[in-house]
Amino acid sequence: MSGIALSAVAKSHGATPVLRGISLDIRDGEFLTLVGPSGCGKSTLLRIIAGLDAQDSGAVVIGGRVVDGLRPKDRDVAMVFQAYALYPHMSVFDNMALPLRMRRLSGAQRLPLVGALSPGRRPIEEGIRHEVEETAALLDIGHLLSRKPGQLSGGQRQRVALGRAMVRHPAVFLMDEPLSNLDAKLRVQMRAEITALHRRLGSTFVFVTHDQAEAMTMSDRVAVMMAGELIQVGAPDELYADPRDMRVAEFIGSPKINVVPAAALDQGTRAAMAAVPGASALAFRPEAADICAPAAGVLAGSITGVENLGADIFLHVAARPAHSQGALPLIVRVAPSGRRFAVGDVVGVNPDPARVLQFDAGGRRLKARERVAA
Amino acid sequence: MRDLVRNIRVLRWRVLARHGALALTTLFALIPFVWMLSLSVKPPEEIFQPEFHLWPQKFNGLENYSVALTAAPMHLFLINGLFVCATIFLLQLLVCVPCAYALAKLRFRGRDTLFAAVLVGLLVPPQALAIPHFVLLHVFGLLDTYAALILPWIISTFGIFLMRQFFRAVPDELIDAARLDGLGEFEIIWRVMIPVAVPAIAAFGIFSVVAHWNDLFWPLIAIRSEELSTPALGILLFRDDEAGQFLGPLMAGATIIVAPLVVAFLFAQQRFIDGISFTART
Amino acid sequence: MTAVAPGRQHRLSHASLVAGLAVAPAVVLLALLLFGPALAVAVFSLTDWQIGASSFRFLGLANYQALFADRIFWTSLVNTVIYVVIVVPGTVGLGLVVALLIEAQPSLRGFYRAAHFLPVMSTMAAMAIVWGTMLHPTIGLVNRMLAEFGIPATNWLRDPRTVLPALAVIGIWQGFGFAMVLFVAGLKSVPQSLYDAAAIDGADRALDRLRVVTLPMLGPVTMFVLILTATRAFEVFDTVRVLTQGGPNFASDVLLYRLYTESFDFLRTGYGAALTVVYLVIVVLLTLTQARVLDRRVHYT
Repeated sequence: MSGIALSAVAKSHGATPVLRGISLDIRDGEFLTLVGPSGCGKSTLLRIIAGLDAQDSGAVVIGGRVVDGLRPKDRDVAMVFQAYALYPHMSVFDNMALPLRMRRLSGAQRLPLVGALSPGRRPIEEGIRHEVEETAALLDIGHLLSRKPGQLSGGQRQRVALGRAMVRHPAVFLMDEPLSNLDAKLRVQMRAEITALHRRLGSTFVFVTHDQAEAMTMSDRVAVMMAGELIQVGAPDELYADPRDMRVAEFIGSPKINVVPAAALDQGTRAAMAAVPGASALAFRPEAADICAPAAGVLAGSITGVENLGADIFLHVAARPAHSQGALPLIVRVAPSGRRFAVGDVVGVNPDPARVLQFDAGGRRLKARERVAA
Repeated sequence: MRDLVRNIRVLRWRVLARHGALALTTLFALIPFVWMLSLSVKPPEEIFQPEFHLWPQKFNGLENYSVALTAAPMHLFLINGLFVCATIFLLQLLVCVPCAYALAKLRFRGRDTLFAAVLVGLLVPPQALAIPHFVLLHVFGLLDTYAALILPWIISTFGIFLMRQFFRAVPDELIDAARLDGLGEFEIIWRVMIPVAVPAIAAFGIFSVVAHWNDLFWPLIAIRSEELSTPALGILLFRDDEAGQFLGPLMAGATIIVAPLVVAFLFAQQRFIDGISFTART
Repeated sequence: MTAVAPGRQHRLSHASLVAGLAVAPAVVLLALLLFGPALAVAVFSLTDWQIGASSFRFLGLANYQALFADRIFWTSLVNTVIYVVIVVPGTVGLGLVVALLIEAQPSLRGFYRAAHFLPVMSTMAAMAIVWGTMLHPTIGLVNRMLAEFGIPATNWLRDPRTVLPALAVIGIWQGFGFAMVLFVAGLKSVPQSLYDAAAIDGADRALDRLRVVTLPMLGPVTMFVLILTATRAFEVFDTVRVLTQGGPNFASDVLLYRLYTESFDFLRTGYGAALTVVYLVIVVLLTLTQARVLDRRVHYT
């Protein structure tokens, strides 16, 4: 069993809090993604799990064992770093063999020159070679073993970094934005490879990224962090459809959710959007509204941009609600049809009231049950 | 808990070991300066007495320093050092910067040849050119003048190389923008490249000034007159002088010679360290 | 099309004119002060010319023959090599150790860096005089301290067995702070993520970190420091001129000091020029081979 349990983990740099009491259970064999804007503390949390940083308070349990005070190498975790952190002076083979050598060879056997002569090293090295080659074959980098990292492409380096993590069969894989240095196409391909790897290994994966698309496509569960706090943890579709906080709603999903301040709307519009008392912001996804004639729309405005992606068309509309100071930018998805839209056309926007999310002044979601009560 | 105590103990031991070792090497680095200052304020009899005190029993600093300042033209050594170093550096800039700019950013015939020549020039230690430089200055009757101290140094392959490397890193767009704004090439050097290159120029300046202030080899060859001496040569002349036979004034003299650069360094440590290591790594 | 061509022509010629103007002073001075003189040294070395003389004869390689037959030349060459062999490992090793110690923990970093760098800035001629008094047989600090431990006095700079090591210690004193600063810069550029990776891979003790990450990553910097230190050590002159004048009995004579005395004290220009050529060849070869050999071993791509 190698789930991870964090309880009230907190850390500050001087006076600025980085993590404000994070509690989170990561199940054994789960692929969990920590996602949030840069500076939200997600990397620090990962480094605390790895043992590279120490928390100020709270506890980390890995596989039922409290690991606070244990050094990284004793925690049975492996980590893949953002810039891969391969040792540039070692061949791919030596990079991958290092974790095994550090564990299996004694201090004397690791000595340069002298170590090679020490008795008993031979069979251990044979075993290491065998395992490295096996892992390399799995990742399709067997032909690269004698190269140096500098001679590899970004994607190849990424695989070597994965290989170095995999070779000693850790219970937990920690990944710190491992795809951010790859170009767009390779990134999409590696997403699929990493999820496939996760399925095959069945180990616990903790993946850190600032890219919500990565989080949504790869994970079993996503934990959204903002400003050192865990805002919501849930399956990707749950976060998308049922965000508990305005910040989550805004962070997840692309294009971004449309947010309409309740104060900008007149009584009728509010009613048409099923606004409840206490709702200070009404939000709806681009696909949760229809385009109609200006007069028939709950909201209306002129088109400022047309993004035609082929399967979908996103219309950017500058709506002008009754009490709004300026224009309110909205994005609405329409299916391609015979109708052509041009910049400057005036259209109506009709949000589906059942799919309008409502938030109070503090950004907390007002749920359906509360709505009924109100 | 026991682990924690042990860890703290190990940590404390490491802190102590580090400071202990560094104290030793610091002592090695600083002891000549301490010794010099100590002797420079001591009367002769105290220097020769068997027991040693860091601070003199009888303070003789005023006498020692006034002997050093009057027996030899110390102030002239310093002024000469300042004048010679400043002139060398300015002329080096005047020659190096346009050439480095052309090598980095302009296309012209012979550019690669010229750059190759600069690279070859980098390999030549300046002492190897002492004989022909001496002959050249002799032919023009310039030996034992300021010109003799300055002229051989106004071409610095190192300066050209350094500035060229720096200019290459300046984006071409910046220069093209300046051209579109109507600046001529020399205006670009003056108004765009030099302001951008201030860190490199500062680094080269520190390197150049330190090298020529401290140089003994060339002034020894080029100069006969005491009143033209640069600091390094000056202190040697002072030692071989009558007053220099007394250690107190001699150490006072050494202090005066070493002080300007050391004080400048203490005021702008980071600049000096960056300057000198920057020039070394390029 | 026809309208454009002359304009282009004009701009091209204008550009090369500008480039010509920009490089002209440097080109003239390079020829006059660097390559011309280098050539002149080679020519001088084949003649019996003396400074001031109105005529000269070509001697062929006679100057070189005299040089290679000169026992003092060989002594000075051997002395220089011994000096370099002591100074280079001493400077590089001490510089590296101090850099590692300084960077190990943050306290007093600035102070230590400045203190160790001070000798680099100081005027060697003056500091050599100071060292001379420290090494003085009776009143010098060194013998005073050794006497505390009952070690008999040595006349460091007058004893042929100790004079070169003594000069080498002064050389190390002046250079190791410089090596330290370069190593510190190198240490700062080692990415933290490599240490993190090493910690996770199990290399988290000080010695393992050193072996797995720090020392290999310092490879390129070490190459620079080695070349720089070796070239500087080969150019040792100030301390010899100030403290020993090559004595006692040529025990501290070095190449550059020989070059100086032959050329400018004895005014044997041809002979001095031959010596210069030999010196030049050694320095250039040293730099080139070091760069090549070390480059192959520390280039990671």
